[in-house]
Amino acid sequence: MSSLTELGLAEARDGLLAKKFSARELAEAHVKAVEASRSLNAYLVETPEKARAMAAASDERIARGEARPLEGLPLAIKDLFCTEGVQTTAGSKILKGFKPPYESTVTAHLWRDGAVMLGKVNMDEFAMGSSNATCAHGHVENPWRRRGDNRPLVPGGSSGGSAAAVAARAALAATGTDTGGSIRQPASFCGIVGLKPTYGRCSRWGIVAFASSLDQAGPMTRSVKDAALMLQSMAGHDPKDSTSADVPVPDFEKALTGDIRGMKIGIPREYRLDGMPAEIEALWQRGIDWIEAAGATPVEVSLTLTKYALPVYYIIAPAEASSNLARYDGVRFGMRVNGETLDDMYEATRAEGFGPEVRRRILIGTYVLSAGYYDAYYLKAQKVRALIAKDFDDAFQHCDALLTPTTPSAAFAIGDKADDPIAMYLNDVFTVTVNLAGLPGISVPAGLSGDGLPLGLQVIGRAFDEETVLRVGGVIEQAAQFKAKPQFIAGAM
Amino acid sequence: MALDKATVARIAALARIRVTEEEQTRLAGELSQILTWIEQLGEVDTSGVEPMASVAHQKLPLRDDKVTDGGIRDKLLANTPSNNPTATSRGFFAVPKVVE
Amino acid sequence: MSLMKGATGEWEVVIGIETHAQVVSNAKLFSGAATAFGAEPNTQVSLVDAAFPGMLPVINKHCVEQAVKTGLGLAAEINLVSVFDRKNYFYADLPAGYQISQYTRPVVGKGTLTIDLPDGSTRDVGITRLHLEQDAGKSLHDQHATQTYVDLNRAGVALMEIVSEPDLRSAEEAGAYVKKLRSILRYLGTCDGNMEEGSLRCDCNVSVRKPGAPYGTRCEIKNVNSIRFVMQAIEYEARRQIEVLEAGGTIRQETRLFDAGRGVTRPMRSKEEAHDYRYFPDPDLLPLELDAAWVEGIKRGLPELPDAKKARFVSHYKLSAYEAGVLADEQASADYFEAVAKGRDAKLAANWVMGDLFGALNKRGVDIAGSPVKAGDLGALLDLISDNTISGRIAKDVFAEMLETGKQPGAIVEAKGLRQVTDTGAIEAAIDAVLAKEQDKVAEYRSGKDKLLGFFVGQVMKATQGKANPGLVNELLKKKLSG
Repeated sequence: MSSLTELGLAEARDGLLAKKFSARELAEAHVKAVEASRSLNAYLVETPEKARAMAAASDERIARGEARPLEGLPLAIKDLFCTEGVQTTAGSKILKGFKPPYESTVTAHLWRDGAVMLGKVNMDEFAMGSSNATCAHGHVENPWRRRGDNRPLVPGGSSGGSAAAVAARAALAATGTDTGGSIRQPASFCGIVGLKPTYGRCSRWGIVAFASSLDQAGPMTRSVKDAALMLQSMAGHDPKDSTSADVPVPDFEKALTGDIRGMKIGIPREYRLDGMPAEIEALWQRGIDWIEAAGATPVEVSLTLTKYALPVYYIIAPAEASSNLARYDGVRFGMRVNGETLDDMYEATRAEGFGPEVRRRILIGTYVLSAGYYDAYYLKAQKVRALIAKDFDDAFQHCDALLTPTTPSAAFAIGDKADDPIAMYLNDVFTVTVNLAGLPGISVPAGLSGDGLPLGLQVIGRAFDEETVLRVGGVIEQAAQFKAKPQFIAGAM
Repeated sequence: MALDKATVARIAALARIRVTEEEQTRLAGELSQILTWIEQLGEVDTSGVEPMASVAHQKLPLRDDKVTDGGIRDKLLANTPSNNPTATSRGFFAVPKVVE
Repeated sequence: MSLMKGATGEWEVVIGIETHAQVVSNAKLFSGAATAFGAEPNTQVSLVDAAFPGMLPVINKHCVEQAVKTGLGLAAEINLVSVFDRKNYFYADLPAGYQISQYTRPVVGKGTLTIDLPDGSTRDVGITRLHLEQDAGKSLHDQHATQTYVDLNRAGVALMEIVSEPDLRSAEEAGAYVKKLRSILRYLGTCDGNMEEGSLRCDCNVSVRKPGAPYGTRCEIKNVNSIRFVMQAIEYEARRQIEVLEAGGTIRQETRLFDAGRGVTRPMRSKEEAHDYRYFPDPDLLPLELDAAWVEGIKRGLPELPDAKKARFVSHYKLSAYEAGVLADEQASADYFEAVAKGRDAKLAANWVMGDLFGALNKRGVDIAGSPVKAGDLGALLDLISDNTISGRIAKDVFAEMLETGKQPGAIVEAKGLRQVTDTGAIEAAIDAVLAKEQDKVAEYRSGKDKLLGFFVGQVMKATQGKANPGLVNELLKKKLSG
């Protein structure tokens, strides 16, 4: 049965249609895998009954020849997506017990296309973090361990539960969200594929908002083809989201031609950081060799303001978050700590309900928007952001896509960097620029570190050109032949 | 930028998050560190640059003036932690009393 | 210049008014919930209004149009690009912890409003800006001993905040300003101006200074909900500030409420904290971009506004400024008057509409839309007077019956046989009868008591059940009395 959990999304789809196995069998294998993965703490809520019911309905449709694009495929849903009737906490105590009376647009699309829900997966609280160690419900363990070292490692964040579940074969795929790297970085740390689409490609309606101008939902899968398949369902204009792009959704699977001959691939010089580990540098060079061998030309480009992207991000994201999280006040949902006065109640509820990282970011955000500081911080950051976006526009005059490492290191041990917020923030140095410019980016597992941990390469594309991003990502995947598996696989002996 | 305890207290009050004195001290240190790091943005010449309005690549969509929502009171009240069944049964949210 | 007398001399009162006007629309500004007044609590609330996790705003085109229309009605600049900002603060009736408003770039810029003063003069008052924002919900503090109940029906309803320049100089001017603004809004159909229901609320900023001195510290009196209270509150507050200053004190800048029961303003009891709203552009929305041609289209479609209508009534119908002002105050009254005046004596029409009709409607507590007498029927009544079918005196009785029964004047006249007697023969006969009966009085009249004419007229009218044409009675009486 565990062979069913080894399948890719597209493979499983084909297998179901060819009646090699039933959706019930596929769901059952995964329900068991979910149970077996509990030591990772990837799942916050398991929904086996729902999964079985959805799978049964899928079998009926398949039998009638009415299979939809994701019919019967078991998925894990990041706890940031509101799922109707199923607990949604955004990894936070403050939303304890919240059962949304509505379904997010993105997950609604997945169910519309026949997918099956295995449960809600763990994440950094309110998507603020790069290690999934800030969750109120405990940290997630990366199914990978260092060679010869038993210390549990972080899966990355904030979509740490999603990445761990997919890597451990406790889901065929998962949804994630990416605000500064929260899909791509954990994908890199867990050896899977993670795609952040163009801002506006997927609707944000029903996704607990962290930083409105940066958040994007995206697929986390074990192959580039699977990411294309899942994005096809997740994407689409939503009139309930004013920032949702009113553009047609292309056929993403068709984009995977494997042919990148004649393309120019930009290599941004500023991404070569001082003190960058040699193995990251080496991996990047291998990536450049691969795309050259595939007939594309590497071109050096300059993204001059790269080093300022992180500080820009750490002004804008907390500022927006400080406002977005004001609604968590103990009045209409979640937990409440009673108080003598209204303000007492607010203050006590929020102090107890929010974890330290969230509190820290809300305070920073409140500060940078406050009277006297708005111009120096927030306005300045938005100006630099405009320049960063222009950097990309200029670079894309000379190339069709960019190739960079995804992260400056492999997964680190749980507990490392926990006391040093800035060291933690630096995890996102390669990914954050992409959110600031609203562009699509994918991380593809490309190699292993000296310790045997996965490392990813990132492809960045023009706005709404996920097709090129997927195509180049597919070429990298083909060349890398990343067949390594994590030490922990759910259900494996 | 060095933040002092008093500023942390003021910001926490604006954000309606209670912080103990001990936390004020610790946070003053942490936030100062982060803000100092952020201040490197001062190195960038942004004269004449318009702040980014949005990365959304379109104009603000406008919707028709139709009533398409509401009438979902039970759904709205279902998750309330107010613990005041009278208020809930009468259709209200309830909070500690505010004196104006 | 109207100044207030204090103990140490004269003071100038400086007033600016911020008006919150609820936009007439079916649905709310950023959500599809309904806006109707008086619904059961929390039944007109969407997930967006209640700020549930993951909810997003989508703007209502009609609300934008209403704001632009209002701006055009105030002869103001329309900003083709404007931005929505979040105003961040915590309160029970503000579920998101922020209000979507417009701070640095409002949809409407500078304009003008002309106020009409009781002495017939007018003054131009500057409008600083108009912007769109969300209304908050309602907190009910009197439903429970220790808890405040919250109803979010009103949360998210579109408001236009209209800010005047601090150009007003007296409570009277302030009252005239609100009156005119309300009239314009009702003409445009962009706000119903119903102050009792809260669709029009005023925040009055009041300060005082010695003439020629710099502006004094101002206090804001929030949420005044009637024109009368606006004037009372300002009068009281100006007086209060003058007394404080003349006693050697200083004015604390604060927010106050008007206690209508006691006729005083008092400071709001909430914590006196400096409000840092941390405005920033709402990242869930994009800048609002208006098409110049679309704005032009709205401009072309504007109805004739009160000032223009008043001017036309004066020039075309030869009404006095006062009469024109009263009739043009409400579009419905103006339309009614014009329907009656069309092809008839405008003065006669004006007198009947302003006097008899308005009087009757006031008594019944009904507005012109609910008038039991339609314009056409009143016009028909005036025709019967003009062609001498009935006298003006009898017309009043007919009108009273029209109010009661809704019947047409012609039918009432016929049914009651109220046709005026114009047959000189019949009148003469009646006069002869009266004079024969009152020979003493005739003698008195002939010896100089001219005033008795009225008595004789009265007697003849009585004898003819009021139906004799008064003009003819007068004329013939005089003839007969003079011998």
